[in-house]
Amino acid sequence: MTSRRAAQAQKPLATRAETASEFEEATNLLAETPDAATTSRTDQLTPQGHVAVAVGLGAEDEVEENDKTSLLQEEKQQPGFWTFDYYQSFFDVDTSQVLDRIKGSLLPRPGHNFVRHHLRNRPDLYGPFWICATLAFVLAITGNLTLVLAQRKDPSIHYSPQFHKVTVAGITIYCYAWLVPLALWGFLRWRKGVRERMGPYTFLETVCVYGYSLFVFIPTVVLWLIPVPWLQWLFGALALALSASGLVFTLWPVVREDTRLVAAVLLSAVVLLHALLAVGCKFYFFQPLPLEHIAPPPQAISLSPNTLLASTSPRTMVT
Amino acid sequence: MAEAAESPGDPATASPKPLFAGLSDISISQDIPVEGEITIPMRSRIREFDSSTLNESVHNTIMRDLKAVGKKFMHVLYPRKSNTLLRDWDLWGPLILCVTLALMLQQGSADNEKDGGPQFAEVFVIIWFGAVTITLNSKLLGGNISFFQSLCVLGYCILPLTVAMLVCRLVLLADSGPINFMVRLFVVIVMFAWSVIASTAFLADSQPPNRKALAVYPVFLFYFVISWMILTFTPK
Repeated sequence: MTSRRAAQAQKPLATRAETASEFEEATNLLAETPDAATTSRTDQLTPQGHVAVAVGLGAEDEVEENDKTSLLQEEKQQPGFWTFDYYQSFFDVDTSQVLDRIKGSLLPRPGHNFVRHHLRNRPDLYGPFWICATLAFVLAITGNLTLVLAQRKDPSIHYSPQFHKVTVAGITIYCYAWLVPLALWGFLRWRKGVRERMGPYTFLETVCVYGYSLFVFIPTVVLWLIPVPWLQWLFGALALALSASGLVFTLWPVVREDTRLVAAVLLSAVVLLHALLAVGCKFYFFQPLPLEHIAPPPQAISLSPNTLLASTSPRTMVT
Repeated sequence: MAEAAESPGDPATASPKPLFAGLSDISISQDIPVEGEITIPMRSRIREFDSSTLNESVHNTIMRDLKAVGKKFMHVLYPRKSNTLLRDWDLWGPLILCVTLALMLQQGSADNEKDGGPQFAEVFVIIWFGAVTITLNSKLLGGNISFFQSLCVLGYCILPLTVAMLVCRLVLLADSGPINFMVRLFVVIVMFAWSVIASTAFLADSQPPNRKALAVYPVFLFYFVISWMILTFTPK
């Protein structure tokens, strides 16, 4: 009889009220017959939310069960997405945690999965949001600074603050860091059926991975101020390698169980998009200045190279 | 007006009297007047107070608000650990500062409009949406400061940067050169540091200690962007 009751207590957590009463029954039974030994059965498990009641002798296990009940009940109580507390749960990070995640993105290692190792399945929105904001502003500001430096060399170049680039930078970076993870997450969920071992990452974890992987571009963009072209390309390649390898190492465990073709296509698409972003930003914000001056001309002819450059480069950037 | 029936005065009957029988002896007759004045002395005083601010001259009203704004400006310029900005927050000061800064920063139509500095609307949007974003960020991180208090502090702490803008415009009236740029750079850096320190003094205490840096960094970024806009201002 006790084993049947214990088996009953192993139903999935579909209805909290039922399982709570079943736990109560189990604890009451244990209180009555403290010498009963119940073992957990694995034949009635469902893959989603099974409760393995492996109880032994003694009263402390009852306390453990009650604790487990209350803990599981707490986890179930997610606030609705229209409440403030729902979003507050995504900002539940300390300074040290954010710094640790940034360090983890800067130094990717083959065995280390960013999501499991650093995020520990608690993604945050602070990192992605502020890293994207910083990157957008740094891009616009250093792009403008190169114009200042170029004016030093060639005084006929007319300096202008080029404030519209801030808008462009912001839109590009934020769209990349939020829409590409959305597409990736959707694709991985679609292929979920092929994988057995590892479930896909949640949308927030994907956004986190992408957001933190963009951090390495911030010092790179600052270093792009040095007006030596081959050095700029070297720094760019280095940053791209670090960032893309972080992404690949994180995605590899999820994609490895899929067919070879899908895995190869997905990973190469991820790396390609990342490279496109880096190259596009380099070309748009750090324009190699044309030989003709960007001075305010009296005639309209010399306006055309500038407008031509400004109109073609966004096309290469916005993929 | 209950007129109680008088019990027959018959002490000889020894019938048991019901409960509260004596109450029926009380009769509220019409010869005792129940009337009077119910006045609450407080009420007239409140009426007096209301009409005093209604009837005062416009000059008094405006001066009172201006003095409050001016007092808060003083608190920003000499940041001490005081609660005035937080307790009586208002958004007049930030509005005045934002409009002044945006008016001074806007560029007219240049030869190539896209290449110019920020327009009035861009400055306005950056300041207000930046302040709202920082406030939301600080609240989401668990800070216990109210929404408008934080907006008030962030807005008032733009005052040093507005002063820097005025100084830059005056300096730019002289002929431009590297010394000109150095002076402007120095002024903007000093005022930027002042803004960040002033706002941190007010805002940092409202955060839990292990998240202070997370809440202060966006403030730093916000004032850095405004300083950049001031530094790159070039007149026609």
